Amino acid sequence: MSLLEVKNLKVRVEDNEILHGLTLTVNPGEVHAIMGPNGSGKSTLSHVIAGKPGYEVTDGEILFKGEDLLEMSPDERAAKGVFLAFQYPVEIPGVATMTFLRTALNAQRKARGESEYSTPDFLKKVREVAKSLNIPQDMLRRGVNVGFSGGEKKRNEILQMALFEPAVCILDEMDSGLDIDALRVAADGVNALRSPDRAMVVITHYQRLLNYIVPDFVHVMSKGRVVKSGGKDLALELEASGYAQFEDAA
Amino acid sequence: MNLALAKNETGRALSDSFAVARDRLPGTGKVAEARSAAFEAYDRVGLPHRRIEDWKYTDLRALMREVLPLAPAPDAAALKRAAAAVKLQAVKETRRLVLVDGVFAPKLSELDGLEKGVAVGTLRGVLESGEAAVQAQLFTLDTANPMIALNTAMMTDGVVIEIANGIVVTQPLHIIHVATGTTPTAMFTRSLLRLGKDAGVTLVESYIAADGAKTYQAHDSLVISIGDNSRLDHVRLVEDSREAVNISSAVITLGAHAHFNTFGMTSGAAVSRYQATIAFAGEGSRVETNGVNLLNGRQHADTTLFMDHAVPHCASREVFRAVADDRAHSVFQGRIIVRPHAQKTDAKMMTRALLLSDEAEADNKPELEIFADDVTCGHGATTGALDESLLFYLRARGLSEKEAQALLIQAFVGEAIESIVNDDLRELAIAAAHRWLEARG
Repeated sequence: MSLLEVKNLKVRVEDNEILHGLTLTVNPGEVHAIMGPNGSGKSTLSHVIAGKPGYEVTDGEILFKGEDLLEMSPDERAAKGVFLAFQYPVEIPGVATMTFLRTALNAQRKARGESEYSTPDFLKKVREVAKSLNIPQDMLRRGVNVGFSGGEKKRNEILQMALFEPAVCILDEMDSGLDIDALRVAADGVNALRSPDRAMVVITHYQRLLNYIVPDFVHVMSKGRVVKSGGKDLALELEASGYAQFEDAA
Repeated sequence: MNLALAKNETGRALSDSFAVARDRLPGTGKVAEARSAAFEAYDRVGLPHRRIEDWKYTDLRALMREVLPLAPAPDAAALKRAAAAVKLQAVKETRRLVLVDGVFAPKLSELDGLEKGVAVGTLRGVLESGEAAVQAQLFTLDTANPMIALNTAMMTDGVVIEIANGIVVTQPLHIIHVATGTTPTAMFTRSLLRLGKDAGVTLVESYIAADGAKTYQAHDSLVISIGDNSRLDHVRLVEDSREAVNISSAVITLGAHAHFNTFGMTSGAAVSRYQATIAFAGEGSRVETNGVNLLNGRQHADTTLFMDHAVPHCASREVFRAVADDRAHSVFQGRIIVRPHAQKTDAKMMTRALLLSDEAEADNKPELEIFADDVTCGHGATTGALDESLLFYLRARGLSEKEAQALLIQAFVGEAIESIVNDDLRELAIAAAHRWLEARG
């Protein structure tokens, strides 16, 4: 069974249809890149998969392990194993990162009928992951993302990804706002999480990120549809020729 | 016309109950005279209503309707139920001083091994046979305020604490007010803390209900004097029954170079009002007041503070956070007066309200009256809902809607709770906030 199946998805925001019948199938172990110009609907797709309010699905469906994802609340989706790494992770003053991580992890485990982590086990796990991502301990004591640099915020997203062990990771413009060193650290973190059971959907405007996170499949989105799919070479092709050809095609 | 009628009715009912209660009220001679004068002062006005500016948002004629009859002194069964309730509130390392149905309960209190320089007595004791000066201090509350006048007339008991010069008490003193009555009654208490010079102490006040106590009225008052170079930390938690009324008044006077840090949180009671006057009587002193309201259902909670900068070189900070859900109503009135000679006053007030429903209401009334020209004063206020983008982020991480809201509410009130210096007491306040959040479901 496919992990994630998006079938003929049509989505509107107020009076504007953003996605006009998008289809995408993702199997375990695969890394898919979704590329496209601004306004092509890439972020809308990631938001609808995660369950962000404000989008109206007018047609089509999204199945996760065969289940209707659109019927689930955002927290149910998270507990089932859907993870969205935000393009712009929010700052939450007054909620310590450590408290947030523990509350979220235990909420997901509870929803799955698993026992909650004990404090020592939890701390051990967080410290291990944080160390591998170059996240200093004092960052974990601060408010969630408060005063974090762009790179730190993205690393915090990857830290959560490592901690929650989702089945599908949607990475929304992970490279935005990152310099090359920060990008490398973030990409290493993502690559470490690649596994035969886990799929990733990497949404990006630029090919640059795909030098670090090498995809199995590349899809080009334009005006709310996938207009071309191919292997990793498609990204290089796009880098050379640009998106203009597809905008015409769509 | 209707008001006059309403007043006469409440007045007459209460006159009877005052006459009945009088034999039980401690004190004779001057004390009894002061009580009668206070009762007359109350009787002239009756319960305050919206046309009195200070009570504009908290109309006790509508919210409280009547003053309930005086609660009987607790019997053995009441004390037993009170003990069970107190146990749930127990904080390690504090010294408990328990008032049950408005009467000091020595058996539930910890009076052994008081630190040197610390004396604990009862209001009853002081009114019956105390020093004239201490008695006089108990009557310094302004009976122009009808609810203070009523409290002065009816006060039955309370805790009187004296801390000598140079004594810094390490163990917090915890006054716990417990209501046990299963029939509707009222309690009238007054406590006094006299903190000497170069001294320090932490005072905690909790208002709770024993199992089964629902409809009651807690009428409390507190008089505090803080000596020169002394520090008082104060924590006040209102967790009364959701059908109860809590009307409390306080007057705090600071000497020179004194420091008063106070935190108050109201998560219980159907209707509550906390009215405090903080007066600077000596230069170089500092006050930090932090307040939190956590309200839902049809709860109504009013905090009315009067910061009296009467002398130069003093600083005050007021931080207030209100959370109101359903049809709850939160009121904050903050008056700051800087008197003509109080130069170099530094006074700031900041209130924020979080409304969780369209029908919840938060009223905020700042009043700054500045008569000196070399001062720094300011106030700010915001009102808003929970940030949708934060809620979505948390839900995308697996938190349910209620869990996400709870985490953001905790963060919202956290800044005020952080002002509590003592770790155990901060935990006590956090636990009270958790109880409110959990009851929300």
